[in-house]
Amino acid sequence: MTLISIEHLNKSFGPSQVIVDLSLEVVEGELLTIFGPNGAGKTTLLKILSTLLSSTSGSVVVDGFDVRKSPVEVRRRIGVISHDTYLYRDLTAVENLVFYARMYDLSNRAERVREVIRLVGLEYYKDDRVATFSRGMKQRLSIARAILHEPKILLLDEPYTGLDLHASSILDRIIQEFDSRGVTRIMVSHDIEHGLRFSDRLLIMKDGGFVHDVRRSEIGSVEEYRAIYEELVGDRS
Amino acid sequence: MKHAFYIAWKDLKAEFRTKEMLNSMIVFTLLVMIVFSFAFNEVLGDHDLITLVAPGVLWISFIFTGMLGLGRSFSGESEEGCLEGLRLCPVERTSIFTGKVVSSAVLIFMVELVTVPLFIVLFNYTISELPSLALVMLLGTLGFVFVGTLLSALTVNTRTREILLPVIIFPVITPVILSSVTATSKILGGDGFASIMGELQLLAAYDIIFFIAAELVFEYVIEE
Repeated sequence: MTLISIEHLNKSFGPSQVIVDLSLEVVEGELLTIFGPNGAGKTTLLKILSTLLSSTSGSVVVDGFDVRKSPVEVRRRIGVISHDTYLYRDLTAVENLVFYARMYDLSNRAERVREVIRLVGLEYYKDDRVATFSRGMKQRLSIARAILHEPKILLLDEPYTGLDLHASSILDRIIQEFDSRGVTRIMVSHDIEHGLRFSDRLLIMKDGGFVHDVRRSEIGSVEEYRAIYEELVGDRS
Repeated sequence: MKHAFYIAWKDLKAEFRTKEMLNSMIVFTLLVMIVFSFAFNEVLGDHDLITLVAPGVLWISFIFTGMLGLGRSFSGESEEGCLEGLRLCPVERTSIFTGKVVSSAVLIFMVELVTVPLFIVLFNYTISELPSLALVMLLGTLGFVFVGTLLSALTVNTRTREILLPVIIFPVITPVILSSVTATSKILGGDGFASIMGELQLLAAYDIIFFIAAELVFEYVIEE
């Protein structure tokens, strides 16, 4: 079943066109990784999908809801993991999660917060202020925040950037666990090795459009895919 | 509406934990009061002369102290991308505006509660019509906070936001300052509640218009 449908999407910032006539269909439960050089439009695409940016033209439908007409419904279905943690430094880990749980109208707040804190291994630090956390701990808590409301779609924008080994393995585990729950995941990455590890589908984006779209099963080794990437992107990465 | 309350709760909880902004605002208002009390040292205790300068002293203190709080209203959200995190939540944008208004207004009212007694003590002054003055302070401060919160969101992504916010806010809040100062002057002059009806109506109209206008345009203001 198609969960995300993008048709003839265009996005311009003034005279500069960042996304050019882009179309894409993503099925439920799929893990899709988008590679591409800086400025290819990957993050802009994720921002349009998550309703943070509006498109110039074209349509984006997420789980049957148009992102322009029903942004609140779309946001309910989406979790975002980005380089920014979206955490308040003067609140504790639990207070941050309770705040977001309230914003998502979760009914089983206390139970859900306990569950995700345990999942990212921060039970011991749950009552500490985020300001005292290391970068890796903040990223782990940020993962907990993103999955708190059990989103149907997880958008991951360079999720491994700045992660320590522990946080990185937790993220690996969550990405895999979400596979069995049928969560659709779209990841933007520069890291071909990580991208190839779990993905069902790989895309390369360049100059605002997709130049390569392949199933993971069609690609043999990391080196093979890296060669395709370098050939298509050239020295722009 | 409940989401606005959650946002205000989160802001106030973080603020009361560190008291970074509250302490700065109280110290600032204390300094303003001390400087003015030294400047008017010769006339301290002269009720009639202090009545002439009191409205200006009080509202300079309220507005400049409030500016400190409003400047932080959205700049705190830009740390760790929190404003983006708020925008990703499935809530109407107006809830974000209302929540920010509530948290800023609570902080500014708390500082005003400190400022008035400070003024009374340092200027050796008696205010007989405190409820009327409180009403003017309430309406004047709300108008200032509605406009200030909107402009704070507008300037949050600019490099010169600390300078830009005061520069663009003063022309817009001129009706609030003029009405509040005039009403305060009449109250302290003993003209009675009936004499400030015109100013109160103007302040109430300003508050309603700017609250509705801000709620309507806020969505576009916080878009990237």
